[in-house]
Amino acid sequence: MSEKIDEVQVRKVAKLSRLDLTDTEIKEFTGQLEAILEYVDKMNQLDTEGVEPMAHCLPISNCLREDTVTDSLGADAILANAPQRDGDFFKVPRILDDNSGA
Amino acid sequence: MQNICLDMDCTQLRAKVVSGELSSVALVTAVLDAIEVRDTQINAYITVFREQALARAAEIDARIARGASVGQLAGVPVAIKDNLCFTQGPTTCASQILAGFHAPYDATVVQRLLDQDAVILGKLNMDEFAMGSSTENSSMKKTTNPWDMNRVPGGSSGGSAAAVAAGLCSVALGSDTGGSIRQPASFCGVVGLKPTYGRVSRYGLVAYGSSLDQIGPLTRTVRDSALMLNVIAGHDPKDSTCVDAATAPLCDYTADLDAPVEGLRIGVVPELNVGADAQVQTALNTALEAYKAMGAELKALALPHADYAIAAYYVIATAEASSNLARYDGVHYGHRTKDPKDYVEVYSKSRAEGFGAEVKRRIMLGTYALSSGYYDAYYLKALKVRNLIRQDFTRAFQQCDCVMMPVSPTTAFKIGEKTADPLQMYLADIYTISANLAGIPALSVPCGFDSQTLPIGLQILGPAFSEARMLRIARMYERQAQWHKHTPNMS
Amino acid sequence: MTDLDYQVIVGLEIHVQLCTKTKLFCGCALEFAAEPNSRVCPVCLGMPGVLPVMNRLAYEYSVLAALALNCQIAEFTKWDRKSYYYPDLPKNFQTSQYDLPLSYDGFIEIPLETGQSKRIRIIRCHLEEDAGKNLHTSGSHSQVDLNRTGTPLLEIVTEPDMNTAAEVKALAAELQRIVRYVGVSEADMQKGHMRFEPNINLAITKDGKAYRTPITEVKNLNSFRAVERSVEYEIQRQLDEFLEHGTTLEMGNKTTRGWDDDRQMTVLQREKEEAHDYRYFPEPDLLPVKMNETWLADIRSRMCELPLQKQQRFVQTYELSDYDAGVLTADRATAEFFDEAVKAGGSAKRVCNLLTQIGLKMANDKGVSLVDLGVSCEAVANLANMVDRGDVNASASTTIFEHMVTTGKAPAGLAEELNLVQKSDSSELEAIVKKILSDNAQAVEEAKSGSKKAKKAQGFLLGQVMQQTQGQANPRVVSQILGDLLRS
Ligand SMILES: [Mg+2]
Ligand SMILES: [Zn+2]
Repeated sequence: MSEKIDEVQVRKVAKLSRLDLTDTEIKEFTGQLEAILEYVDKMNQLDTEGVEPMAHCLPISNCLREDTVTDSLGADAILANAPQRDGDFFKVPRILDDNSGA
Repeated sequence: MQNICLDMDCTQLRAKVVSGELSSVALVTAVLDAIEVRDTQINAYITVFREQALARAAEIDARIARGASVGQLAGVPVAIKDNLCFTQGPTTCASQILAGFHAPYDATVVQRLLDQDAVILGKLNMDEFAMGSSTENSSMKKTTNPWDMNRVPGGSSGGSAAAVAAGLCSVALGSDTGGSIRQPASFCGVVGLKPTYGRVSRYGLVAYGSSLDQIGPLTRTVRDSALMLNVIAGHDPKDSTCVDAATAPLCDYTADLDAPVEGLRIGVVPELNVGADAQVQTALNTALEAYKAMGAELKALALPHADYAIAAYYVIATAEASSNLARYDGVHYGHRTKDPKDYVEVYSKSRAEGFGAEVKRRIMLGTYALSSGYYDAYYLKALKVRNLIRQDFTRAFQQCDCVMMPVSPTTAFKIGEKTADPLQMYLADIYTISANLAGIPALSVPCGFDSQTLPIGLQILGPAFSEARMLRIARMYERQAQWHKHTPNMS
Repeated sequence: MTDLDYQVIVGLEIHVQLCTKTKLFCGCALEFAAEPNSRVCPVCLGMPGVLPVMNRLAYEYSVLAALALNCQIAEFTKWDRKSYYYPDLPKNFQTSQYDLPLSYDGFIEIPLETGQSKRIRIIRCHLEEDAGKNLHTSGSHSQVDLNRTGTPLLEIVTEPDMNTAAEVKALAAELQRIVRYVGVSEADMQKGHMRFEPNINLAITKDGKAYRTPITEVKNLNSFRAVERSVEYEIQRQLDEFLEHGTTLEMGNKTTRGWDDDRQMTVLQREKEEAHDYRYFPEPDLLPVKMNETWLADIRSRMCELPLQKQQRFVQTYELSDYDAGVLTADRATAEFFDEAVKAGGSAKRVCNLLTQIGLKMANDKGVSLVDLGVSCEAVANLANMVDRGDVNASASTTIFEHMVTTGKAPAGLAEELNLVQKSDSSELEAIVKKILSDNAQAVEEAKSGSKKAKKAQGFLLGQVMQQTQGQANPRVVSQILGDLLRS
């Protein structure tokens, strides 16, 4: 992990993040991320063998709701902020591949 | 009336409004006028709801005139950080990607303010998506510190802290993911409370780091802070992570506020404090001496993992942020790039255009930390460190009732002073981040000024759900020190 | 001549839509074919600031289905975010389960055509949300409808234990029967309630050497037939490709192919795309769920006898044919109706005949289910007894059943009313038979002769009696009298 992050990796991460960054941004972020990651690497000074990862600090579980119908908003309110709409649909440039991952 | 919100706290203002001595319309008008004049320098507000606020004030006055019962914030002018959804106007998070976005629902805390008859004046500036410690990352405007116009108000709730300090609202709501309420409160000389994670509903708070975010008040006095917590705390069926009364009973946080905590044991962490500026350390020590004089006992402790908090925080917060901010893609709402060549460009160009540099940087960092091959080394490791930090506090609170430390290593810095080096900016969060990682409550209360008359904050951290006692501890000092009587000298 | 042998290896990834009233994380109603974007709220639109709260029933349905699939139920389960960008996924992550699914290590017994069953292991079942729908209709643009976004899905992953296309189809059909029995899904393929994605490859032995073909995942299967045909197609395609190009698993990554129902073939969708990096991490907005004994017992108490068990019991206890038992257990209500009718005193075989040959046919014609015909199981039991006793004959029972459906009247009354009661009174019938015998000397001669014609002549005489009585004589009684008289 102490390997340095390089521009190739930064470009890959930008693609994963769906950020169309300029070459200048890529350069700048490479340096900055490198510095931050180098700092973050100090966590490796700690022996965390046997320590439970803690995603949440709440002592509770089982928060469930009943299967009761509540009002939906209606298409107009739902589409009110849409950059583009087509009737009662959101409109996007044609999707070619079926990339769904469900 | 020099500045009514600086002359009286929220509790006093409400009393005057309810008694009919002061109409809510007159009060709201005075504050709106002050905003018109002063906010040209402070730039705390992104949006002001002048007409709606006056209409609401009139309605509350009418109810009071009728003798109808009114809420705990009746007629009081409040303002909220622009990452809280409110149907009245746009919710932007100070980001171009949400410019013009109108939330179709009210955040639970906003609903609770309205239920208590508060008058919401407007939305306050912040670092874009709450990412930052100076409010310089706002894409809307640069907020200045009312104590020195050349300095930052802190962040990310910089607009909230500046507005309260300048009397441009009575009380405000902010959000705190790694210190975003406490640090600006400290920089602007007001009281800032980050409640226990789960105490206040996050529904309608635009998420940054979901497991760390918590909404809290910025106020001029401890009493107002307690009053605001009364209004916003409590279970919300819309937020799975908001605890119910069975887990953590609610109480009236203003009751017994003036009763000092008997046999108070204060934990101090000497190794940690040496990292702060000399003047900050002096102010802290003076405050600790004052507590001692009031009968408190100081206990030196260690928080052995505190030094790793920033590293863990910047992995966890950015990992969550990278996922939380994935939804801003130009498809369903928010900014969409002009003439995308395909739908993938709708994403990558809209996001590149809509997000500012700090947001992009954090999304990149978080995406990297979660990506295949790096998850264990960064994200998983950070979760383990987080657990160690929480264990530190669990041990500490077996020996003391609260821990006191600085809020920030420095007082408010100059605008532009730290923008070049993001890491240096992150490192200044050393004192505030641990409370978010451990989920515990922490507050900042004014404890003096440096040689340049810049406010300094004292941070009090307590065990989970101990807000009532923490507020009493803070009030003990406030009553004795009276720093809240000092107001910025704005011409 | 090359020596070639191969085995088909298929595993399934299945998504089953749960039939809760509301979505997984919000109270929006689940409704098929509602107006576009009319069942959407800030939560399922993934608006800034919204938070999910899990539907208890969706979780309980998942546990119930997992129990029916013989899975272990996790005491501690949590949800994770799975990140990918797609317009029908408004948050650009799917809330799913990654390392701690709510259930694991199960199996499903699938009935084979031989009458045996085969056990297919289940790796895990987990609960996740569905995405919306992208429609590609209008030229250069696509339309997005989010009504389906947030629909609760049970994802079931099997081990690659299926070895023929028929087994894959059998699993699909059996799973449909199971989830319908336990009442957790309508499981309508046409409505997309069940989606099957087979992962197919071949283990080939050629000239004593072992090979494996690259794994293909097939999507877009909208019927059981498509599931079966796609597997058949893939087997042949992979075999051909191996023989022509020698393509093996080591040479290429898993590919995704879509089923083209018009052309009855699979079409390459993605090949060796950069591996997905879903960046799973624990969903911070949801709490884990801890299962306890009491809760699990409560869910377990909602379990019913499962279809294959029922089918086997019908064969063993009632001595029905495997086919008839299969027909009766195709859906739970029919099977229970049958069980009740037998309990009400009808003989299993007769009730089975009445239901499979008359009842189900009528229900099918009317487009309703058997239990909705308005006929009680007691009435069916009574009718069965009447047939068995010879009060009415088989063809009369059809008429009576039909009238039971249309009038709601009891079978005994209808038999009288329609004049369908058979004459079984021996003395009355004996007189008629004697008369027929004396009128047909020739036939009597032949019947008594013991020659080849005897049987035919006897049949003729029986027919005459039936004609004389306008079909109301009990043929069994007539035969007996006829035999006795001919022998005397
Ligand atoms: Mg899935
Ligand atoms: Zn919804």
